Amino acid sequence: MSAPRVFLDSGGSAPVSPRTLQALQAGLAEGWADPARLHAESRRARALVDGAREAIADALGANAGHVHFTTSAVLGLERVIAGVWSARRGREDVVVSAIERDAVVHAAAHVAGRPPLELPVDRLGHVDLDALTAALDSPAVALAAIQHANHELGTVQNLDAVHAVTRGRDVPLVVDATSSIGHVEAPAAWDALVANPADWGAPAGIGVVALRPGTRWLPSWPEGDDWAPGGTSVPLALAAAVALQERLERGEEESARLSALIAKARAHMAQIPGVDVVGDPDQRLPHVLTFSCLYVDGEALLTRLDRQGFAVGSGSACTTSSLEPSRVLGAIGALTHGNVRLALHPGITEANIDAFLAAVTTEIARLRGEAGAPALERVGND
Amino acid sequence: MTDHVPAQHHVDSRGRACPLPIIDLAKAAAQASSGDEITVECTDPAARLDVPAWARMTGNEFLGERETDGGAFALTVRLT
Repeated sequence: MSAPRVFLDSGGSAPVSPRTLQALQAGLAEGWADPARLHAESRRARALVDGAREAIADALGANAGHVHFTTSAVLGLERVIAGVWSARRGREDVVVSAIERDAVVHAAAHVAGRPPLELPVDRLGHVDLDALTAALDSPAVALAAIQHANHELGTVQNLDAVHAVTRGRDVPLVVDATSSIGHVEAPAAWDALVANPADWGAPAGIGVVALRPGTRWLPSWPEGDDWAPGGTSVPLALAAAVALQERLERGEEESARLSALIAKARAHMAQIPGVDVVGDPDQRLPHVLTFSCLYVDGEALLTRLDRQGFAVGSGSACTTSSLEPSRVLGAIGALTHGNVRLALHPGITEANIDAFLAAVTTEIARLRGEAGAPALERVGND
Repeated sequence: MTDHVPAQHHVDSRGRACPLPIIDLAKAAAQASSGDEITVECTDPAARLDVPAWARMTGNEFLGERETDGGAFALTVRLT
């Protein structure tokens, strides 16, 4: 008999709840028509998309008229960076933090035709505000792209302080909120924001871009809808809105419950010798934890945990398609091998976490023993 | 006071993937003495990040890196 599965890798793709699945089915039953046409079926589909847009705009503290569905969060990041960049004619540089997602860095490099200017972060993953201020001294900066929270570290940026700097220089701030919306309160300090419904339990295949009414952008393509070329999926939009509603209704209490589980896991892992627990212990997402284990092969650890029923993520080089270690871990000076990344969804219980902690502790010791690694009596977190 | 003259150790971990270069370094460190310097030569890109991290986590001192022949890197730590 196989062990029950415990899914601890919900960053960017969380299990779909029964209520969200119902919304998806309702969207298919009621919203199958093309919302861009003039007949009654089309109007019904359009009403569903508009309702979904309004609900999401509300949750983001945005104006529904400036909230756009895209076909994925990555496309949203690409289009918003390209669009805001194009509207800043004559200014070419993009400023990013050193721990932005690849999609942000790649989009910035593509539109500007050169690598973005990277701002250093401290050991906890907070962006260096002095470096941001200095970078914006240049008149060539088109935009700054800085995330709300980091998907690996869990660290939440002080966006109020970041936005105070960018606004002071009239540089638009694009905020990647693809790891935070649905988990913590939406940030208020941004000029453009991108969210990822799949991260809050909607099906994959849809993204959200919100712009402030004063944020200027230009289309990347000459014709059609720049945000959702070929149209928006009505069922996915509806499911995205309902899934977010469900997360918001669970509210503070659920967030505090998950945060307590992560705090427990952080404390447990930190007392194992040679384990580097990363990210800000306080200013963080409630559901995310990353740690790295000296002398442990990350791929072997993931495989053994998977065999025991635990699905976890990793930023170790041997677990990535590029065979490069995570840029995020490198930027904060963390150990990159033996890396384990957790992102909890609301179905995770304390018993699940206890079982995981027992399993991972055993496997770390086993893998170290098998590798013939020396004892670690002097090692601890600094 | 100690009579020990700091020694230089060299570890060849070229061609070995993470976490093996760090285990090689740790094994060499277990045989070495306080004040000794260990240089680990490696081709794995993760080692350039993980040798400094190892030094921080084990309370030793990372001295720096230099590129060697064929795109390899030599990373040096001093045992405290």
